[in-house]
Amino acid sequence: MARKQQAYDDIPGTFVFDAERSREGFGINMFCMSLMKEENRKAFKADEAGYLKKFKLTPAQTEAILKRDYNRMLELGGNIYFTAKLGATDGHSFQHLAAVMTGNTQQDYAEMMLAGGRSVEGNRSRSGKNAPSKFVAGAAARKPAAAKAKTKTKTKSRSAKRK
Amino acid sequence: MARIIAGIGSSHVPAIGAALDNGRTEEPYWKRVFSGFEKSQAWMREAKPDVAIIVYNDHASAFSVEVIPTFALGCAAEFPPADEGWGPRPVPVVEGHPALASHIAQSVILDEFDLTICNKMEVDHGMTVPMNLLFGKVDKDSHWPCPVIPLAVNVVMYPPPTGHRCYMLGKAIRKAVESYPEDLKVVIFGTGGLSHQISGPRAGLINSKWDKSFLDNLSKDPKKLAQIPHIDYMREAGAEGIEMVMWLVMRGALDDKVDEVYRFYTVPASNTAVGHIILANRPRGAKAAATRRKPAGGRHKPAAGRPKRAAAQAKAQRIRS
Repeated sequence: MARKQQAYDDIPGTFVFDAERSREGFGINMFCMSLMKEENRKAFKADEAGYLKKFKLTPAQTEAILKRDYNRMLELGGNIYFTAKLGATDGHSFQHLAAVMTGNTQQDYAEMMLAGGRSVEGNRSRSGKNAPSKFVAGAAARKPAAAKAKTKTKTKSRSAKRK
Repeated sequence: MARIIAGIGSSHVPAIGAALDNGRTEEPYWKRVFSGFEKSQAWMREAKPDVAIIVYNDHASAFSVEVIPTFALGCAAEFPPADEGWGPRPVPVVEGHPALASHIAQSVILDEFDLTICNKMEVDHGMTVPMNLLFGKVDKDSHWPCPVIPLAVNVVMYPPPTGHRCYMLGKAIRKAVESYPEDLKVVIFGTGGLSHQISGPRAGLINSKWDKSFLDNLSKDPKKLAQIPHIDYMREAGAEGIEMVMWLVMRGALDDKVDEVYRFYTVPASNTAVGHIILANRPRGAKAAATRRKPAGGRHKPAAGRPKRAAAQAKAQRIRS
């Protein structure tokens, strides 16, 4: 069944872990949770595909885990606090995972953070809803008319393109 | 009567805990973060609270995806630090305050906030990192300076409770605390945030403008913050930035008008903008005395209140600079 479109699917580069993803990704997250135990980490590392059979996973979810495709895991219902446990099992720092998810080298990612992080400008919306929230000081004062018009013309369905 | 004297907002970045536990606090990167909390620790030593209520979120430590309570209040006598994959943090077991906690549970549930009660719960960095930032490093075999009542909020699975709901829960908690007969000085922490996204291709997002605006309004116009819809948090402050709603529980538990004692902001700690604020309720005695001096009926502020407020603001300014 296709995922029901949500207003927050308009946020670029973001897979919101909502109730639907939580339901679909239960197996991914329970697998990740199992990695909190040393004996499970060992069993997984010894036979990854075999270990994954203990969990209710779709073939796509199994493939994403085996390939360490972190964005795909999130899309299929994994949650970052859980998938980070897989990264830790592989001996990676969180910044390594962040770099992988953003398509950067770890050094480039670290430098971006030191320079103040990724700017929100141009990163608010897929559909061009890039005016700042009216709750940010100055935003409403600067373009009150534009901000108002935006909220009124908000469309229900959006063509949220997936990467 | 128990009383909330102040609210504290603080980020709870796990890497801050790791830096502390691994003796890296003197490295320039981390010194920048820790030095921002030195004055807060001095303030806390002077405030000497009897109890701290800490609003935080669990990160797949005590709660997995099997049970996801929206608001979970810790009523146990103690809360062991959770093993988050590298062994439990070397911090003391967190002592609870079961009597006040169960009093709060009873009061707020009757005020229609349907809490989950946890009589056994481990706590992760979401709680122990802000404790370290405000109480300093505490030896594993020693004791934290005061008992703690944890309030875990689901901000991991969407939707978390709305900002408005959090704010109103804060008000109900305040009412509960003030109906507790024992004289206790209580502080309340809101933790998490500020802007950050750690998941997906947009990871690394930071929005300092948003953060500053949030801190300003937290101090002066919290009702405005309580109206922010979730999508604005996620769009502007990052998918994980939505945990800032937890600060509104803290703010709701304070007086409408508070004194901003201290504020600190720095980017980054790991993937996150670090924000911190201390907001103090004005002393009740002074307010009552000022009101007594004023004949009844006037809705505007008593004249005697003004210089006091100016003095408090000047003091806050001194601490800040």
